[in-house]
Amino acid sequence: MRIVVLAKQVPDTKNVTGEVMKPDGTLNRAALAAIFNPEDLNALEMALELKDRYGAEVIVITMGPPRAAEILRDALCRGADRVILLSDRRFAGADTLATSYTVAQAITTHLMPFDLVVCGRQAIDGDTAQVPPQVAEKLGIPQVTYVVEALELKDGRLRLRRDLGRREEVVEAELPLLITVPRTANRPRWPNARRLLKYRHARCGFELEAEARRQRRDVSELLAELQRRGLYIETWGAAEIKADLERIGLGGSPTKVKKVDSVVLKGRSLRFFSPDDAGIKELVGELIEERTFG
Amino acid sequence: MAEHGEVWIFAELDDGQVAGVALELLGKGRELARTLGVPLAAVLLGHRVRSLADHLFAHGADIVYAADHECLAEYTTLPYARVLTNLIRERRPEIVLYGATPMGRDLAPRVASALKTGLTADCTDLQIGSYESGGRVYQNKLLQIRPAWGGNIIATIVSPDHLPEMATVREGVMRAPEPVNGRNGSYIEVPVAAEPGDARVRILERRTHPRRVDLRSAAIIVAGGYGMGSKENFGLIHELAGVLGAAVGASRAAVDAGFIHADHQVGQTGTTVRPKLYIACGISGAVQHRAGMEESGKILAINIDPEAPIFGVAHYGIVGDVREVIPRLIKALRGKL
Repeated sequence: MRIVVLAKQVPDTKNVTGEVMKPDGTLNRAALAAIFNPEDLNALEMALELKDRYGAEVIVITMGPPRAAEILRDALCRGADRVILLSDRRFAGADTLATSYTVAQAITTHLMPFDLVVCGRQAIDGDTAQVPPQVAEKLGIPQVTYVVEALELKDGRLRLRRDLGRREEVVEAELPLLITVPRTANRPRWPNARRLLKYRHARCGFELEAEARRQRRDVSELLAELQRRGLYIETWGAAEIKADLERIGLGGSPTKVKKVDSVVLKGRSLRFFSPDDAGIKELVGELIEERTFG
Repeated sequence: MAEHGEVWIFAELDDGQVAGVALELLGKGRELARTLGVPLAAVLLGHRVRSLADHLFAHGADIVYAADHECLAEYTTLPYARVLTNLIRERRPEIVLYGATPMGRDLAPRVASALKTGLTADCTDLQIGSYESGGRVYQNKLLQIRPAWGGNIIATIVSPDHLPEMATVREGVMRAPEPVNGRNGSYIEVPVAAEPGDARVRILERRTHPRRVDLRSAAIIVAGGYGMGSKENFGLIHELAGVLGAAVGASRAAVDAGFIHADHQVGQTGTTVRPKLYIACGISGAVQHRAGMEESGKILAINIDPEAPIFGVAHYGIVGDVREVIPRLIKALRGKL
């Protein structure tokens, strides 16, 4: 079975600390750490669990700038068999439609036939949850979102449990299939120590030159060695995936950002009351006078 | 030919009834349709849905497009996406809105991809306005306003060159209009045929849990955060809520710490609320939480840390230990209410 996991490197928006907030209340983006999108780790875990149970080749793809190779090294250390970096200046500025086209194009040009695509439910920078269903549509396969458990794989059909908040479903879906996984599905495994020692040396196409210089070696010789040892992070641009240039990046994106406003705390007429009985009595009296209690 | 196409809302069903979010969309959709001078239509997919159309008319729909077929009896992605995509291709609406529910977020991107049009997720406001780019001015575009970066920024998104303009809209943010009984509209049946490929995904079991709490319709919410310290201390939140006849809310940190079930979570990943009074106890006020409650009528914040961001959106503040302040508040209220 071939399982493709889609992953994204994101700014750590959940840990906005004092240094990240500028004095005017706006965000200093450069100060945010870049991390493996949390729910993509849940997706990778689900793929690895399926591999443990049924046997599979787990391939992780990410689209992003060269430094997104960081999460691919992490994926290798956690158990991925093969990782691919989609990176090209022309991919920049893509909205969810252009992103899904690019990712689907990479899959159809190089990774056919696959059985399963596993994605995190959503990424914490945009929280849109749109790319996975759009990839499924482009690949012409069904999707099952909010999958918290893979129950059984039998006769090319996967039985899955979905958690939709107030509703729970068990569905049976034919492969090939795309699923999305929320954080409640599982607890991602840690990088394996032995794999860590090996795969921290993995390098993507953009890192080859600097690495060759550091080792005082020839680039093509280094590349051959990395490939032989399974340490080369495949790096594909628009040409490698035969992308229609009209459909990638900013130009291929129907949605445009008109403007961005920072969220600044609203100044309100805040009145403090003392935490003792007298202060609280005064507050309650005021709330009753204002008919706030109805 | 009219200058603009119609404004559509996807009429999501919940247990065979029109979901609350669909009525909220009709409220906003009415505004947008009036500005553009076009009819407002609801798209209703399901099985034996004729009787639900009156409810949509009463809430402002001028037209109901109904796709009534056995294969649509329960929501599954493939037939719903196909029927809706075909209908949009045929009728060419200007705008299509969906609730940002698990169903809307499953369906809308699939449809947007098939139509190769834009889609903006989880909008908190929608307006009609202009957009300028490369010396060209686009008039009467849908301005799709949404938080991003974990709620730290608010982005305004447009799809200048693609129709329809599509967005999912966060639940609980728009106001449902008052129904006008007897209000009528045109009911247009949409032909539907099942396809063998639909059976690639089949629902084997479906269970619905009763909602543990209805935060959206509560007049008063007492919410506790991580600052409550323990599940036992969180009992004070329940007690205060009991005295006030209020619903119990919580921050994500309190939910993650196991103080209370996730159904009670207020904020960007939980429920968006705007009660008359919101009492935030031991909640520091992360931007994700504030995004879900700052439109409340009055906000009372109780926190030990005078620098907590929650005070930035509060009307009343008490700096103190929740374990001491809440019992005093309960005592004072028992004497008055």
